[in-house]
Amino acid sequence: MSHRLETHGRLIDRASTVKFTFNGKWLRGHLGDTLASALLANDRMLVGRSFKYHRPRGIVASGGEEPNALVNLGKGDRHEPNQRVTTTELFHDLRATSQNHWPSLEFDVGAINASLSRFLPAGFYYKTFMFPRAFWKHVFEPVIRQSAGLGSAPHPETRDPDRYEHFYAHVDMVVAGGGIAGLISALAAGRAGKRVLLVEQNAHWGGRAPVDGDVIDGKPAGEWVKDAVEQLEKMENVTLRLRTQLSGVYDHGYALAYERISDHLGEEGAPRHRLWRIRAGQIISATGAIERPLSFPGNDKPGVMLASAVRDYIVNYGVTPGDRIVVVTNNDDGYRTALAAHEAGVGVACVVDPRPEVTGALPEQVRALGVPIHAGSAISKVKGLKRVVSVRVQPYAEDDGSYEEISCDAVAMSGGWSPVVHLWSHCGGKLNWDEAQACFSPDPDRPPTNQNGEGFVTCVGAAAGGLRGDVAAASVAARLSALGIDAPAIPVDTPDEAPLAPVWVMPVYAGAKKRSKMWLDFQNDVKVSDVMLAAQEGYESVEHTKRYTTLGMATDQGKLSNINGLAVLAEALDKGIPQVGTTTFRPPYTPISMGAIAGEARGEIFQPLRRTPIHAWHEEQGAYMEPVGHWRRPYCFPQGSESHEDAVKREINATRNSLGLLDASTLGKIIVKGPDAPKFMDMLYTNMMSSLKPGKCRYGLMCNENGFLMDDGVVVRLDEDTFLCHTTSGGADHVHAHMEDWLQCEWWDWQVYTANVTEQWAQIAVVGPNARKLLEKLGGMDVSKDALAFMEMAEGKLGGFDARVFRISFSGELSYEIAVPASQGRAFWDALHEAGAEWNATPYGTEALHVMRAEKGFIMIGDETDGTVIPQDLGLNWAISKKKEDFLGKRGQERTYLASEDRWQLVGLESLDGSVLPDGSYCVARGFNANGQTNVQGRVTSTYYSPTLERGIAMGLVHKGPERMGETVEFNTVDGGRVQAKIVSPVFFDPEGEKQNV
Amino acid sequence: MLTLTCPNCGVAACETELAAGGEAHLKRYGPGSTDEQFEEYMFMRPNVKGVHFERWRHAAGCGKWFLAARDTATLEVFGTYSAQTTEPPANIIDAIKAKRPDWSQS
Repeated sequence: MSHRLETHGRLIDRASTVKFTFNGKWLRGHLGDTLASALLANDRMLVGRSFKYHRPRGIVASGGEEPNALVNLGKGDRHEPNQRVTTTELFHDLRATSQNHWPSLEFDVGAINASLSRFLPAGFYYKTFMFPRAFWKHVFEPVIRQSAGLGSAPHPETRDPDRYEHFYAHVDMVVAGGGIAGLISALAAGRAGKRVLLVEQNAHWGGRAPVDGDVIDGKPAGEWVKDAVEQLEKMENVTLRLRTQLSGVYDHGYALAYERISDHLGEEGAPRHRLWRIRAGQIISATGAIERPLSFPGNDKPGVMLASAVRDYIVNYGVTPGDRIVVVTNNDDGYRTALAAHEAGVGVACVVDPRPEVTGALPEQVRALGVPIHAGSAISKVKGLKRVVSVRVQPYAEDDGSYEEISCDAVAMSGGWSPVVHLWSHCGGKLNWDEAQACFSPDPDRPPTNQNGEGFVTCVGAAAGGLRGDVAAASVAARLSALGIDAPAIPVDTPDEAPLAPVWVMPVYAGAKKRSKMWLDFQNDVKVSDVMLAAQEGYESVEHTKRYTTLGMATDQGKLSNINGLAVLAEALDKGIPQVGTTTFRPPYTPISMGAIAGEARGEIFQPLRRTPIHAWHEEQGAYMEPVGHWRRPYCFPQGSESHEDAVKREINATRNSLGLLDASTLGKIIVKGPDAPKFMDMLYTNMMSSLKPGKCRYGLMCNENGFLMDDGVVVRLDEDTFLCHTTSGGADHVHAHMEDWLQCEWWDWQVYTANVTEQWAQIAVVGPNARKLLEKLGGMDVSKDALAFMEMAEGKLGGFDARVFRISFSGELSYEIAVPASQGRAFWDALHEAGAEWNATPYGTEALHVMRAEKGFIMIGDETDGTVIPQDLGLNWAISKKKEDFLGKRGQERTYLASEDRWQLVGLESLDGSVLPDGSYCVARGFNANGQTNVQGRVTSTYYSPTLERGIAMGLVHKGPERMGETVEFNTVDGGRVQAKIVSPVFFDPEGEKQNV
Repeated sequence: MLTLTCPNCGVAACETELAAGGEAHLKRYGPGSTDEQFEEYMFMRPNVKGVHFERWRHAAGCGKWFLAARDTATLEVFGTYSAQTTEPPANIIDAIKAKRPDWSQS
């Protein structure tokens, strides 16, 4: 059984007790434990189930590479699925539950998949669910959805109660990894005066060295590390962070680090996670190496662990996974586990080693302890269901019929080590295949390059391929000196190691049945047989094989499985491993929380809000607000228990019959000024703007170079060389950028200046038959029909306010839009209400605005246009100058498809039954297209209930619509029905303009 | 996350401050041009792998447009320069040739 030892445990505080629960049962651990070591101390070998076959699974690793031991952590709104127990530090009252099983971890119905595994090979989904077609929707998909996914996601309405934040750091050097190589690097760079950020993903400095017993500079590793950290802490130019992972490297020296600040404290207050957004001159990847499993039958059973993990648990936490361990290894390093176990008083049954001769220094030490070493041997079977009971040992290379059953309760396996090259590879650093160590290691001559074409990532230590302590330390000095940093060569005493044997499948002669029990990807249940099948079926690319078999697609992203998997693929394809190559390494290195990515950008500060000077008044009135770009505008102003629909009707009737007031401050306002402004305006707009007289207004259309309608609005000529361009509320920034693009990049010799003055002005529309009376009551300006005609502008003092009065109308009523400096906006609004009370001055919102403009057949950018509509489609030919040689979009509109008569064009639509046509519904035509879909001949672009006409009205684009006045056509409805409508003029109300021209 | 130095304000700007504007040094074809000329101008981007001249706007900074010469494959930046020019200046061409001797302007 797995249990706590009397000795060892350098990271735990044995005097402390930490209580936690696993699947509801209270358990005890110590401060310094990880959830993994605490579970093992409590003999919890079985911690989860695999994804596909629901196989019983135990802890395999001791770090971030763990594929099996994923749990749900926390409860309620702090619930988080798929947390690795190996990187979760224990704290008081931690709540963990296992996942991917039903009804219980011990008894799981889904495990039946395992007995069906013969029928669930690689590519099973692709092969099985093709036919019949209807089965997909009704049978296969619901079943798959039921069984898919690991862990359980929080409810979508859950709000994360924790805080997250971003840090920005600009450093000369960021060092990823606080092991020996990382510490040497940080010390050297720190002494050289560089600004250094050193991050370590675990809670302790020193990496593996203190466990593996290296002697550094004459000192035991633990002591050397303590001294090094003390020195670093004294350097003002060095920042150190534990529990911080450099999770991704991006272009031009950008990097992200993920700091877990308070996860291990289990208390509130501090931010939970912090995302470091780093610009670094150089990134040092001292990320070490990860041990590989060996592929033997039954290697996925609980109790089969990485050899390095077994000694980590013994040395660091005083926990052993068993009382009688079998070590299986193809290299000398694995013998360290036998030594560590023996020293801790844990029985070592034997060491199984496929190499025919085993003579290295470490094996000799093991042999001297009397532990049997089975050279030239392999494990061919693991007995036991929910934990290991025994292993069968057979010859590795040739089956001579002999075998031995060895009873044991844990297996420590080592298939060699793979340098962690992720950070090197994120931005394109290239790898070499290292034949001697059977691993991919970074090629220092082909680094990822930055803006200067220079390498900006440097691997040191084990990450550089130095898998032995002395070689690793030597690599730091060599690589740093190449960067111009003087790093002393630090002597490391480490025993000589004999070469490893590249073993990808054991035993060699294992048949199909045994290969279907050799796991490569533990989480996704990908076995040696699946990869071989993929190769047999023609999958040659490693990227295709990955997706076909799901090898390496689990949450661990193939940290354990990839090299073994592609070695098996290479063998099946009879190619070399370097020819097969690796899949792409993508950030982040291990999953990081969505909260950290979002940081503080959530809730109210997710996006900055733009407020008009009158915004507060709207909120006081209880207006129902809607987003318009970054603005919030009142949709309507419901009174008491009034519905939105009734409020809109009331607002429209009040405006059409007496007086309405609209906060139009969001309207874009851009000044175009300069001697060449008239010329520039003629290029920007389809209309002739240079002929506009000062003090006059003109409705203008703006197209992009393609010819499509982009924005519209009223242009006012303020003086000879100054124009004020009104744009749509959402379009101001974009239109201003469009102007600047052409001025800066095409017509840079034109003397024109533009300024976006949208927020400098509050703008209020005073609308309705009593509009003029209200302005006259305020007094100060002559706003009579003769003094200020339709489409004219006047400046002056209106009721004491500095006003620009534009006589323009978007409603068809007598209407003035009045701009006052933003600082006077609220006071002016209040003054209008006070003076307008006798005419029941009614504030109206965007919906009333929309309905009134639709009643008049005015188009709205974004409703009638969608980026594929030209002004000619909307009957706006009158606004397109035929005199001008050129304007933006003119050439585009001359293209045959756009110049054709054969287009969908704007019409009004009246449903025969008076109902409101469904928004966006299609005008149905005869027959079906090549895909069997109903042919269409148009669509609804705007549709409203008109309180003025007391019926539904709509605008739409219909094929050759203007030629088809009076024709009845059909539109589809959401429930599959049809509704009939008559094609009419888009101007539903006051076609002669009698109301506005008074 | 590229960094490009804005030649207008001198700031080494992070990509989050910048807005990309596609290929630089296009010749505009307006009314009177043939369909082929207009098509070339509007749509036919070679989308090169390698040295590329491109438009950027320091959108969340000084607001000005500038041009950059950059390797689209390695992301190496050879230089940034004023948008008010119809062709890359000599110093930019020299910088490219120093790093990419085989490159020639087509």
